[in-house]
Amino acid sequence: MTVETRVRRASWVSALQRQGAAVALVLVVVVAWIGFPRFGSPDNLRDIALQSSFLAIIALGMTFVIITGGIDLSVGSVYALGGVLAAYGSQWGFLAALLLPLVVCGLIGLVNGLLVARTGMAPFIVTLATLLFARGLLLAITSEGATTYRVDDGSPFLELGRGTVLGFGYPVFVALALCAAGGVLLRRTAFGRSVFAVGGAEHSALLMGLPVARTKVLVYVMSGLLSGLAGALTASYLQSGVTVIGVGLELDAIAAVVIGGTLLTGGMGTVLGTVIGVALRTVIQNVINQVGTLDSNYQSVVSGAFLLVVVVLQRSLAKSPDRR
Amino acid sequence: MTALALDRRRAARWLQEYGVYVAVAALLLFNVAFTANFLSVGNFRTQLVQAAPVCIVALGMALVIGTEGVDLSVGAVMALSAALVPLYLGYGPLPAVAIALAAGLLAGAFNGVLVAHLGIQPIVATLALLVGGRGLALVIADGQLVQVHDPTFLWLGTGDVLGVPVSVLAAGVFAAVVALLVSRTTFGRQVVAIGGNRAASTLAGLPVKRTLVGVYAICAVLAAVAGVLSTARLSASDPADVGLLMELSAITAVVVGGTPLTGGRVRVLGTVTGALLMQLVAATLIKHDLPYSSAQMAQAAIIVGAVYVARERSSR
Amino acid sequence: MVLEVVDVTKEFTGVRALDRVSFELEPGEVHALVGENGAGKSTLIKVLTGVHRPTSGTVLHRGEAVEFARPADAQRAGISTIYQEVNLVPLMSVADNLFLGREPRRRGLVDRKRAHADAAELLAGYGIRADVRRPLGTLGVGAQQMVALARAVAADAHVVIMDEPTSSLEPREVETLFSVVERLHERGIAIVYVSHRLDELYRICDRVTVLRDGRRVHTGPLADLSRLELVSMMLGRSVGDLREHGATAFGEDHQAGREPVLEARGLSSGQRLRDVSLSIRPGEVVGLAGLLGSGRSETARAIVGALPLDSGTVLVGGVEVGSGVPGAMRAGVTMLAEDRKAEGIIPNLSVRENIVLAALPRLSRFGVVSRARQDRIVNTFIERLRIKVSGPEQKVAELSGGNQQKVLLARWLCTRPKVLLLDEPTRGIDVGAKAEVQALVDELAREGLAVLLISSELEELLDGADRLLVLKDGAVVDELAGDRLTRDDVLAAIAADES
Repeated sequence: MTVETRVRRASWVSALQRQGAAVALVLVVVVAWIGFPRFGSPDNLRDIALQSSFLAIIALGMTFVIITGGIDLSVGSVYALGGVLAAYGSQWGFLAALLLPLVVCGLIGLVNGLLVARTGMAPFIVTLATLLFARGLLLAITSEGATTYRVDDGSPFLELGRGTVLGFGYPVFVALALCAAGGVLLRRTAFGRSVFAVGGAEHSALLMGLPVARTKVLVYVMSGLLSGLAGALTASYLQSGVTVIGVGLELDAIAAVVIGGTLLTGGMGTVLGTVIGVALRTVIQNVINQVGTLDSNYQSVVSGAFLLVVVVLQRSLAKSPDRR
Repeated sequence: MTALALDRRRAARWLQEYGVYVAVAALLLFNVAFTANFLSVGNFRTQLVQAAPVCIVALGMALVIGTEGVDLSVGAVMALSAALVPLYLGYGPLPAVAIALAAGLLAGAFNGVLVAHLGIQPIVATLALLVGGRGLALVIADGQLVQVHDPTFLWLGTGDVLGVPVSVLAAGVFAAVVALLVSRTTFGRQVVAIGGNRAASTLAGLPVKRTLVGVYAICAVLAAVAGVLSTARLSASDPADVGLLMELSAITAVVVGGTPLTGGRVRVLGTVTGALLMQLVAATLIKHDLPYSSAQMAQAAIIVGAVYVARERSSR
Repeated sequence: MVLEVVDVTKEFTGVRALDRVSFELEPGEVHALVGENGAGKSTLIKVLTGVHRPTSGTVLHRGEAVEFARPADAQRAGISTIYQEVNLVPLMSVADNLFLGREPRRRGLVDRKRAHADAAELLAGYGIRADVRRPLGTLGVGAQQMVALARAVAADAHVVIMDEPTSSLEPREVETLFSVVERLHERGIAIVYVSHRLDELYRICDRVTVLRDGRRVHTGPLADLSRLELVSMMLGRSVGDLREHGATAFGEDHQAGREPVLEARGLSSGQRLRDVSLSIRPGEVVGLAGLLGSGRSETARAIVGALPLDSGTVLVGGVEVGSGVPGAMRAGVTMLAEDRKAEGIIPNLSVRENIVLAALPRLSRFGVVSRARQDRIVNTFIERLRIKVSGPEQKVAELSGGNQQKVLLARWLCTRPKVLLLDEPTRGIDVGAKAEVQALVDELAREGLAVLLISSELEELLDGADRLLVLKDGAVVDELAGDRLTRDDVLAAIAADES
C-alpha cells in the first residue's frame, strides 16, 4: 500500500468512526418512522427523550473519564445508590433529596479519582471495587434491599423528575443543559484541554507542566456527581428509590460513549457524539420494543456488536500513518 | 533511600507473597474459635462448593493476567455456556456440555485474536463481549430461566466422587492441570515470559501471538466449564444471573492470591487460596449475622488493599 | 552565565550517571553537548529541566541557586526543552498543542479564534504553513518538531534545550530548523544543542562540551577543535592515554572460512538504514563502527527480523531467511540486544529459565519441558561462561549486569546459532566481566561462529574485529581491514566531511 492510499483509507476510517453513530442514528430513525406509525408520535418521541436523559447524564461523566484514558465501572451502582439516597433524603425536603446523593456519590468519585491519580492503580480495578462498595452501601441502608424508600406524594422533589415543559420532562432539559455545559467545559476551558492532553499523551502532559493528577481526580468526581444526579432524577421520576436498577448500566454508558466516537484509549472524543450514541441506543431499544416479537435483549447484542466494530476501527485508526 | 521505605517495601512484598495464606489460616482459626458449627463436614462442603466456580474461572484469569492482560468477559461467557446447555440436552448431556465448551473456546479465541493479532488493549477487547455476551445468551435462551431435568447432567451439580462434590473435584483437577501447565510445559513458560517482558520474548523468537490466543481461549473454556457446573448445581439455566460480576470475583481471587496485575507471574496455589479466602470472608461475616452488604463492602476494601500492596512492590 | 551547573552528581541506585559535572551556558550562545551512550547527556538535560534532582551539586539560573522540582518549574523560569521524541499530544490540534496550559482566553473561556490566528502567525514565522486546526499527528515529524520548537520558544524562554532535534528530520526540514536556530540566536536566546551529527554541530554551534562516562572531558570553542579531535574525545578511552592493542581481552585474528555464512543485501528502512550490505564468514568477527544513531543497532535488528524493512534480503548459507525473529532463529541467526533490561532479561524468571527460554521447544517433548535436559544445558553454560549465581534457580534480576549479560549470551548459545549479532555486549558491566565476555567472543569465533560486533568503544572494535564497517547516517561509508584497521582510519572515516 502506498502512503497515499494509506492516508486516504485512514481518513475514511476516521470519518466513519467519528460520524458512524450519527449516520446510523439517521438511518434507524428514518426506517423506524416509515416502518412503525407509532414511532413518530409526539408521545413516543417524548418518551425516547426522557429515557435518553438519564443515561445521557451518566454518559457525560463517562465521556470525560474515558477521554483521560480511564474508565469508570462504578457508575451503575452509584446511580442506584444516588436514587436510594435521594428518596431517603426527600423526607427532609427538596434540598436534602438533592444534596445527599450528590455529596455521597461525589465522595465515591473522589475516592476513585484519588486512588487512580495518586497511587497509579488501574482505573478498571479501582472502579470495579467501588462498584461493589456502592452496591454494598445501598444494600446496607435499605436493610439488604428489603426497604424501598418512597418519595411522599406531596413532596416538591417529585416535580424535578415528573414536571414537564411542552410535554417534555424536566430531566430532558437538565440533561441538555448539562451536556451543553459539559461540551463548553471540554472544548473551551483549560481544564477541558488538559483532559484531552492527559488522555492523549500523559507523559507529554507532565512534561508540559499540566496538572495531570488534579485533572484525573476531577473527572472521576464529575462522573460520581453526575451518576448520583441521574439516580436522584430517576428516584423523583419513579417516586421511589428502586434498589435493583443500574446493574450493567456502566456498560450501556461506555458503549454509548465509544459508539459516539470517543476513543476508548483516550485523547479524543466529543460530548455531542456521546449524546448521539445515547440517542441511538434508546431509539434502537424503542424499535425493538415496537416490533414486539423481538427479545429486548437484542439491545445489548447490538451494542456489543457496534462496540466491537468501533473498537476495531479505532485500532486501525491508531495504526494508520495519521498518528505515528 | 530511607530504612523506613525499605522496611515498608519488604513488608509489602511479604504480604503479597504470603498474605493470602496467613489470612485464610487466621480466618479459619477465628471461625473454629468463635463460629458455632464451623467444624463440620457439611459446612466445609458448602464452602468449597460455593468457592468452586470462582476458583475455576480464576485459574484461567490467572493465566491471562500472567500475560499482562485481563479478561472482562468471563461472566458473559458463563452465561453463554449456561444458555446453550438446555438447548442441546436433548442429544444427551455429553454433546450439550461439549457445545457449551466449544462456545467458550470460540469466544476466547475471538478475544485472543483481538488482543494478539489486532493489538487491541485487553480491557477494550474483552469489553465488547462483556457488553454483548450476556444479551446474546438471553436471546438464545429467550430471556427465560429454563429448568433442567437430565439426571446425568444434574449429577455434575449434586453428585459426589468418593464423597467429594463433582464441582470441587473439577476445581481441584483444573488447578492441578493449570499448575502443571504453568510450571512444566513450554506453553506455560512462554506465558510467563511474555508477561514478564514482551519485547524480550519477541526477540527470543517465542510464538507470542499464538500463546496469547491460547491463553484467552483457555480462560474462556474454563469460564464455560464454570457456567456448566453452575447450571447443573442450580438445576436450571439462568443466563440473566449466572456469573454476574464474575470478572470481579475472579480478578480479586487472582490478585489477592499474589499474582501481580503487571504480569510475568502466575501463582496457581495462591489463586485457589484467594478464591477460598473471599468465600471465607463472606461466610464468616454472614455467620456472624453481619449482612451480605457488609461482605460486599469488605470485598471491595480487600481488592483495593491487595492491588495497592502489589503496586508497592512492582514500583521499585 | 544564564545557566550554570556546578559539580553536579546524580546517582541512580548505585549507578553514577553524572560524576561532578560542571557546565556553563552563556547568554545567546549555541552550545553543543556531545557524548556517546551512557556519557550522561540525557541525565544532565533532565537535571536542567527539573525531571531529575541532582544527588549533589547546584544548578544556578542567572547566578542564583535554583531547585526545579518538576518540569513546570523549569519552564516557568524560562527554560524550555524539545525532545527527540516529540513530546506533544498527537491527537490534539496544532493550535491546542502550541497553547496547552496557557490558552488565550476571552470571558473566562478559551478563545479559539484567537488561538488559531496566533498559532498560524507563530508557525508562519517558522516557515510552516499548516492548518492549525488539524490534529498534530497528521503533520510530518519535521513539522511536529517545529511545532514543539515554536511552543518552547513562545513560552518566553531565554534558554532552549534541543535533544537530538534532527534525528528524524529530512534534509529540507533540517534546514528550516537551522534557520530558526539562527533567528533565536539573533534574539539572544541561549541554546543547548545535543546531536551526533558533526556537520550540524560545526554549522551552528559556538562552543562544545564533551561528556564521557558521566564526566566532563572538555569544554571550549568548537572552531578550535578539529573533527578528528572531537570524535576521538567522544570515543577514546582518554586522550593521550592510548593503547592500540592489548587494552582488551581479545586475541589475534581469526581463521575465517571462505564462503560467507551470512549475507545481507541492500537493507533499507526509511531514514534509519540506507542500502546497507554486509557479509560475514564462519569464524569471522565483523565490527560495526559509527556514532550513536548511525544505524549500527538498526542493521543488527534488520538482520534478525526485528526491524521492518522497505527493501533488502538476508541470506544464511545462500538461502533467504524466513520472516520475523522466528524465521531468523530457524536459520541460525540470533541477536544479543543492546538494552539488557528492556529487551533481554525476563526479570521474574530464574537464571535457568532465562537461559533456556529460546531453546524451549527443542528441550521439550510434546510440549512438556524436560527438566533433566534443561539442567544439563544450564549447568554446562553456567560453568563455561563462569556465571556467578547462588544456583540456577536464583532470580535473574538479582544478578550483576555482567552476569545478566552472560545469562543472555548463554540463552543464544544454547540455540546453537551460526551467526551471533552482539549489540554492545560489554556496555554497563564491570571490567572483569567485560574481559570474560570479550574472551568468549574470541573463543566462539575460533570455534567457527560468525559474529557481528557492535560497540561504542573503539578499542573493543579494533581489537575484537577482523574487519570493520563504518556507518554514518544509516549507510556504510567505509570498510576497514588489515593495515587500515587502526584508530586513526576509523576516526577519519567517521569524521569525514561529505558535503
